[in-house]
Amino acid sequence: MGLVARHAEAAGIPTLCMTSARDITRACNPPRAAFLDFPLGHTTGKAHAPDLQRRILVEALSSFETLTVPGSMKELPFRWSEDEEWKAKAFAEGDDRTPRHDTPQYQNEEDRRRAEQGGVSPCPVCRSRRA
Amino acid sequence: MGPVDYIPRIRDNYARLGYKAYNWVVNRDTAPWAPLRKPLSQCRLGLAASGGIYVAGQVAFHFKDDTSHREIPTYVDAKVLRATHFAYDLSDARTDPNVVFPIDTLRRLVREGFLGGLADRFYTFMGGIYSSRRVIEDLAPRLTAQFLEDGVDAVLLVPV
Repeated sequence: MGLVARHAEAAGIPTLCMTSARDITRACNPPRAAFLDFPLGHTTGKAHAPDLQRRILVEALSSFETLTVPGSMKELPFRWSEDEEWKAKAFAEGDDRTPRHDTPQYQNEEDRRRAEQGGVSPCPVCRSRRA
Repeated sequence: MGPVDYIPRIRDNYARLGYKAYNWVVNRDTAPWAPLRKPLSQCRLGLAASGGIYVAGQVAFHFKDDTSHREIPTYVDAKVLRATHFAYDLSDARTDPNVVFPIDTLRRLVREGFLGGLADRFYTFMGGIYSSRRVIEDLAPRLTAQFLEDGVDAVLLVPV
């Protein structure tokens, strides 16, 4: 994501990168970043916690107005839990890597059916679906 | 306890599974910089997120260096958002997409006057693209062109 940030920023668009992987973001060095020390998959908050999600984004977005040095990263003042046991497990147990299929990976079959029906109409001549 | 260092953990994990080592992007230069030109309360904000979010009815992302993106209308009901990805636990994103695609949160911040407004459309794609060259030469310029066309004053970027 840092690469997208750097490209957009070079084109004159101010960007802010949220991140929960501080070392990865530091290495890529985007213009502005806000670090939330939460498990991956929660870059903008906890599920069903709209007030927390709001406070996180208010803190993060404020750095558009406060950060002045390229490559700055703001550390957001939120903790996932009192203990930090999740950190020992993060990625360490081995993500057994879902096979890297190059076909669409739908959340459910209903989504697949809708996308396949609703996309492009079959060609009336050859009856195939054109891209 | 300090933040998790993901680079060594992911490197070890991939090595154990016999994957080719990932070359992390390292930029040691000074990052580009474009200052915000007006207060946030007057800014039109764009959003791009890499958590694999799509709208039911759209073609889902695939897991092998997918550099495509989806346009998500800003007025979309969060209930029709879906999540697909290989590199994070999807269970929370599938019940509340705001954890990786903060659409309700941003709309609330506009109602409250914290933000001036939002772009008409947001963008999603898949993280975990192995080829940084394809991100630099294809995805990043394509998204930047969209942001320019949308006339946004600033963009929030949300990886997973």
